[in-house]
Amino acid sequence: MDLSAINPVLLIASLMVAATPLLLAAIGELVVEKSGVLNLGVEGMMIVGAIAGFATAVESGSPLLGFFAAAFAGAALSVLFAILTQFAQANQVASGLSLTLFGLGLSALMGQSYVGVKPPRMGDIHIPVLSDLPVVGPILFGHDIILYFGIALTAAVWWVLKYSRMGLVLRAVGENHEAAHALGYKVIRIRILAILFGGACAGLGGAYISLIRVPQWTEGMTAGIGWIALALVVFASWKPWRALLGAYLFGGVTVVQLNLQAAGVAIPVEYLAMSPYLITIIVLVILSADKSSAPASLGRNFHASR
Amino acid sequence: MIRLEKRPQPSRAWSLATPLVAVLATMVFGGLLFAALGKPPVEAIRTIFWEPLFGEFSFYYRPQLLVKGAPLVLIAIGLSLGFRAGIWNIGAEGQYIMGAICGAGAGLAFYPLEAFYIFPIMVIAGALGGWAWAMIPAILKTRFGTNEILVSLMLVYVAEQFLASVSLGLLKNPEGFGFPGSRNLQAYDSAHNAELIAGTGMHWGVVAALIAVIFAYVLLNRHMTGYHIRLTGEAPRAAKFAGVNPARLVLFCLGMSGALAGLAGMFEVSGPSGQISIDFNVGYGFTAIIVAFLGRLHPVGILLAGGLMALTYIGGDIAQSNLQLPAAAIQVFQGMLLFFLLAFDLLTNFRIAIGKPEVA
Repeated sequence: MDLSAINPVLLIASLMVAATPLLLAAIGELVVEKSGVLNLGVEGMMIVGAIAGFATAVESGSPLLGFFAAAFAGAALSVLFAILTQFAQANQVASGLSLTLFGLGLSALMGQSYVGVKPPRMGDIHIPVLSDLPVVGPILFGHDIILYFGIALTAAVWWVLKYSRMGLVLRAVGENHEAAHALGYKVIRIRILAILFGGACAGLGGAYISLIRVPQWTEGMTAGIGWIALALVVFASWKPWRALLGAYLFGGVTVVQLNLQAAGVAIPVEYLAMSPYLITIIVLVILSADKSSAPASLGRNFHASR
Repeated sequence: MIRLEKRPQPSRAWSLATPLVAVLATMVFGGLLFAALGKPPVEAIRTIFWEPLFGEFSFYYRPQLLVKGAPLVLIAIGLSLGFRAGIWNIGAEGQYIMGAICGAGAGLAFYPLEAFYIFPIMVIAGALGGWAWAMIPAILKTRFGTNEILVSLMLVYVAEQFLASVSLGLLKNPEGFGFPGSRNLQAYDSAHNAELIAGTGMHWGVVAALIAVIFAYVLLNRHMTGYHIRLTGEAPRAAKFAGVNPARLVLFCLGMSGALAGLAGMFEVSGPSGQISIDFNVGYGFTAIIVAFLGRLHPVGILLAGGLMALTYIGGDIAQSNLQLPAAAIQVFQGMLLFFLLAFDLLTNFRIAIGKPEVA
């Protein structure tokens, strides 16, 4: 066992990388849930985004194009969920589950010829003086563009939800869809747009795993990150900045756990690998006492019958 | 103009017809998918649905139907109880794994003793293992209000890691030349869940599945607890006024589904699969969710749906070897089925009306 081999600077830098897929997926789902829809298909949309992004990046040679494809694929899959829940009035829990089951199968099918392929590398940005600073440089200024996009997206979602008219309408729909409908807002249309946004974010998060974090394609590679993202939204009490905090916390657990595995700690590998899931449960238990911040119409379908 | 009008009461006819319509739609779209993959669509569908039942080698495949169907029905029956009451246990895969580990562990603890009581002990251990694993989300839900969907699902990943750990450590076969995996229970007579009638695929798991179907039917139609489950699902407010204890219901539904999933895992590990190994679980816990919905959360429906799903597993295997149809295509096919089912369910609760709405 050699803990001195763990470099704290690299640890924090890789923590941010590990947290980004979670953050992207969680921010997307946060917006969906703010509109009053519970989409349990995050895992499915992520994995489809992961393979769609991976395949596009490999075929075109451009990781950035891969990310666009991933966002599109995630949104495309979420259309199915939107049809089921917003038009066919299907149960949201069941529809979300079906999205995940379908997505896992679909991604395995799409990814058959991509196992073992190496994707083109996404370059890290390099800011002349800042990136060369010791300690601060690699942590803050030496990452890929998507990681910064994730943080910017968090800020944007926070601002839109809090200060813009669009955010107010979205929240109104999520809090009380009957009242929003009575005021003349198109509940179904707003919810569909939110679902599409959530799908695109989940797709991006998935592609981040397959293109940057791992980078490789294996079946079922999201390994529950989509579900942890769902837990993260609860952890964050539907607040964007707390989602960022939570994502870094879980990213930290994952990275520390991997580093301990590599350092050969006396704890068996399997028990270390369990830890992110166990910690998710513990955090959920601690935070589940307070449900007051959940959108009031969460998980309830709307049908304008009157 | 085409509109949706809510039916005053769900249509019984459509409720029964939707699974059939969904299966037909899945066949059509699945055929299109297979065609897109460059496989003959009609041939593929025929291979999946016809070959196992009436094909040349059906004498071999028909018993497999029971072997694959039993765990699906057993798990789905348990899940359906909770789903009816709005209690979402989606971690059956984890409970299945824990049941298998506990069942096999109990059996292996006696090795090489041969005695009649070993198998019953394993059955009880398997059920308890699954039950205990499901009690974690149940107790967290009743004590702290934690979301049971997320907790039960997280525990699947924990169980998978635990499975890897025991197959490399605690339960590893000491005579296995260092390979991961436990002793083969098929070679240990007292612990072997053998076929009851040779060549039929009928083993104790199938018997348990049939008992579970009857039990669930009686429970839902003739028993107070079943009535409470149905009431909570259909009219939560009325259930509250009627004095239904929600905590007890959560503990009952999750515990029951956990125990049944554990039993399924135990019968699988001591019979068809034979040993605990890293990749012992194959996703029955998740497919069972589809089975439960396809069977309309009704015990008899689940029995039929379990058979149909088993058919797609076996037919999928045949299509894989005969037509080189990728295994993942079957997974997509099964996922599609749930999609269509949920979509066509619209017709149960709504009717499609053409023309302008009448002024009331």
